[in-house]
Amino acid sequence: MGEETGQGAAFLEVRNLTKKFGAFTALKDISLDVAEKEFICFLGPSGCGKTTFLRAIAGLDIHTSGAITQAGRDISNLPPSERDFGIVFQSYALFPNLTVKRNIAYGLENAKGQKDHIANRVDELLNLVGLPDQGDKYPAQLSGGQQQRIALARALATSPGLLLLDEPLSALDARVRSHLRHEIKILQEKLGVTTIMVTHDQEEALTMADRIVVMNQGTIEQVGTPLEIYREPATLFVADFVGEMNKIPGSAVSEDTVRIGEISLHCGSTKLVKGSKGTVTIRPEDIMVVSETSGVKSKNAIDVTISQLEFLGSFWRARLMNEKLGEAPLIADFSVDTVRRMSLEEGSAIKIGLPSHALRFFESNG
Amino acid sequence: MPFGFLRAMVEMSSATTLEAGKAQPEKLPKIRPKLGRDDWVMRAFILVIGLYLVITLALPLYAMLSKSFNTYAFDLSRYELQMDKGTGWGKTLSVQTLNEISGKYQAKDLKTSSDGRLSVVSMIEGFSFRSKTQYRLRNAQAGGAFLIGSERKIDTDWHEFTSNEFRRVVLKPVQSTGFDNFVQYFSNPSLFNSIFNSLFIAIVTTFITITLAFTFAYALARSRMRFKGLFKTIAMAPILVPSLLPGIALVYLFGNQGILKDLMGDQSIYGPIGIIAGSVFFTFPHAMIIIQTSLSISDARLYEASDVLGASKPKTFFTVTLPGARYGLISAGFVVFNLVITDFGLPKVIGGQFNVLAVDIYKQVIGQQNFEMGAVVSVVLLIPALLAFSVDRLVQKKQVALLSTRSVPYEPKPNRRFDTIMFSYAALVGAMIVGTLAICQYAALIKFWPYDLSLSLTNYDFDLMDGGGWGSFSNSIKLGFLVAIIGTVVVFLGAYMVEKAQGFSIGRGIFQFLAMLPMAIPGMVLGLAYIFFFNNPANPFNFIYGTLGIMVICTVTHFYTVSHLTALTALKQMDKEFESVSASLKQPVYKLFSRVTVPVCLPAILDISIYLFVNAMTTVSALIFLYSPDTTLASVAMLNMDDAGDIAPAAAMGMMIFYVNSLARLLHHFASKGLYAKTQAWRKR
Repeated sequence: MGEETGQGAAFLEVRNLTKKFGAFTALKDISLDVAEKEFICFLGPSGCGKTTFLRAIAGLDIHTSGAITQAGRDISNLPPSERDFGIVFQSYALFPNLTVKRNIAYGLENAKGQKDHIANRVDELLNLVGLPDQGDKYPAQLSGGQQQRIALARALATSPGLLLLDEPLSALDARVRSHLRHEIKILQEKLGVTTIMVTHDQEEALTMADRIVVMNQGTIEQVGTPLEIYREPATLFVADFVGEMNKIPGSAVSEDTVRIGEISLHCGSTKLVKGSKGTVTIRPEDIMVVSETSGVKSKNAIDVTISQLEFLGSFWRARLMNEKLGEAPLIADFSVDTVRRMSLEEGSAIKIGLPSHALRFFESNG
Repeated sequence: MPFGFLRAMVEMSSATTLEAGKAQPEKLPKIRPKLGRDDWVMRAFILVIGLYLVITLALPLYAMLSKSFNTYAFDLSRYELQMDKGTGWGKTLSVQTLNEISGKYQAKDLKTSSDGRLSVVSMIEGFSFRSKTQYRLRNAQAGGAFLIGSERKIDTDWHEFTSNEFRRVVLKPVQSTGFDNFVQYFSNPSLFNSIFNSLFIAIVTTFITITLAFTFAYALARSRMRFKGLFKTIAMAPILVPSLLPGIALVYLFGNQGILKDLMGDQSIYGPIGIIAGSVFFTFPHAMIIIQTSLSISDARLYEASDVLGASKPKTFFTVTLPGARYGLISAGFVVFNLVITDFGLPKVIGGQFNVLAVDIYKQVIGQQNFEMGAVVSVVLLIPALLAFSVDRLVQKKQVALLSTRSVPYEPKPNRRFDTIMFSYAALVGAMIVGTLAICQYAALIKFWPYDLSLSLTNYDFDLMDGGGWGSFSNSIKLGFLVAIIGTVVVFLGAYMVEKAQGFSIGRGIFQFLAMLPMAIPGMVLGLAYIFFFNNPANPFNFIYGTLGIMVICTVTHFYTVSHLTALTALKQMDKEFESVSASLKQPVYKLFSRVTVPVCLPAILDISIYLFVNAMTTVSALIFLYSPDTTLASVAMLNMDDAGDIAPAAAMGMMIFYVNSLARLLHHFASKGLYAKTQAWRKR
């Protein structure tokens, strides 16, 4: 999972990275490979170390030990000015007293930068981010979404090999956010710039990233494609953090069978340690209604009662009770169509199936 | 010792075995960040400006502290004497023995100051300069010193004298370290009573000023009275004049020939009454501005809640208004206390026989040339000033926390009765401030108070008076500009380095401490410290002593803290990622500084420069010790003219300072406005 061996040496290699702030260890022995042109998301709750990781890669807060190699060059101890990256912050950090054009041109005005050349490049970038007419305004005259696009254009102006995005969309309202999400992704693919984005928003990570790095308490929990992270969470933390998840205490009774309460269920895995205790998980949308008439059959079929039914627009959320499962209800998402067709309502007794490929078992530690 | 050595051996051997045995978890080497060019530039600047503060603040203060512990006494055992009464040189006598024989001096008589001298012949019984007796004297050990006239002898050779010559031989005291100066200070009631006097003045003034300033600020913030802008401008006027100006006004009003002298009854304005009245005048704006800030941040929702709950007006005042403003009140209280206890000009002018600490320093140093005692009084004065400063800092931190909560600004509702009362009060205070300035201006234009009240400009012939004439006026303006320009550059660069430099936290911590320190140091103490430090011939910076340069440096340092805080506040409001963005775009830090930081902070930079200019024009305390005949200043000239009895010219000079400062303020106002329109276009939406 997440190995990039097929593509030769990784563009960015992180080896045994540790970052300490005094006695507190913010990053513990982290290793990661990022391929060229890849879009990576660091996902995790606040305080998990994702921003610290990004700032270490940028050289803004240099790590305590370990190595970072970018394009074959060891950049571990270099100051930001000697690295090759562009960065966009949540606060945009646009220079308030400079016009949009001069903000974008800021990094281009080097000793030999020719004026025409700079002006052309600035226009090109303004077109790229879709704001060709806003060049002479000041940042305060633009909306949040526009400001963030300018910040992006400024970061891209010098054509950096690596683009770092630190929660770039968190300060925007929901509608602008989802729009810009899409645009950034298109832009990244078009330019082919290797990109690392920090976010605490799983939806953002799932929709944008080629691969997601899920972090928790200074360590990497899992690295994988959005689908892998969602379907095959490597740890209970990932299973819980990404998407909705039923978590039921249970135990493994054989290599491929788990037991919840009094019910035994067949599980997709065949590597369970018999007798171990832990948590059984299944996503609400993976729970199916089984009916003789519909022809859907399941190995893991259970009788339950719908204790509550909630309408959430595009689907219904049901709370399913069965004494044998324990006291906590099972959450299931049923399509609008299913509910109508089978005339489900609160109090209905139904049979559900828990597909074995969707059931996962996580041993508890110790 | 052997045990420690053994342990080290054990540790070493175990370390080697472990290494040999391997299998220990691999310890990765710590990354040592390579410093970029910008890091070096920033560190170099911190170091330079830090060094500036060390040289202009820490070292002088150290010199002063050590001076206060320097004691001087004559060590008679260091000298040997022989006499020849016509029968050849007699046996060698220690001068100590000589003194014991004559019983002239007791041990306590031998204590003295650095300038003390002791005549040898005073210890010889029956000495006559006409006698034929020959004397010879030598230092028993090298380093002892006696003077023949003004010629110093430190060798151990015999020097021969006739009786007549021997009269001119005096001994120099030996320096040692100890608490003797403090003991002497506290055993002299005429000295240590000043402590109580100073505390009395400061505490009484603090209560009066805070009460008056609170009511005034309350009127500005909570009433709908008219002319608020005008009242606020008038209330700030005392900042523009030296603290001794209200003293002069009081002399004209209530002095021996004052217009309103009868109101004083048996009391004299020369003394505590005068000092307190004048102190209230010059501390009023400082207190008012702090309290007004704390009143303006209080939350309107609290008032609405109080209203809805049916609380009476007085109850709302005591449960909402006062608690909300309490940090402002406490802070203002300590600021006023500090200003009063460290002020020198006012008690000098109107204090009469009432001694206070700041004037004592001046008297000890200038009057009696007793530098050690001056240093002792300085240390005594430092203690309350440092205390007041520390408490103020603590309170300010809390106030910041209060500010960060989101509150709805309070909008006062019209209330005719209340507004009329507040208007009358504000008008009264305004009239008193304007009246004080007006009486000074009037007195300055009168030919000969109170006998010839015709108008004339003779009092402006400063060149005919003590104090340096019109030259001192132009010196003051020169000083004002230099302090404003140099000070603003140094302060802003320093604040930028402290706020924005990466790492190097110890260096930045020390810098920050040094930058906060000047606020706690009374001007008199700083000035005296400068004498001790810069007047030392061994000091490589000795060359600036007596120049305008030392006064510029001293004034910048004296007013460093407030300027530093203003700059820090402005810098903290900037996005902390600007530096990161600029570095990622491979632009040097000076480009960001000149293209973004300075333009964005321009309003604060202008505020700092006007603050420094106005204070350079009005300050007396530190510079009273540092001016030379070529570098007299307007404010110091006021003091000297007043001292010489030329009160009207002193008033004239004080009003000149007022006009220059008002003009500077006005220019600052228009410059800010102009720059705002030109370079701060981005602030408009």
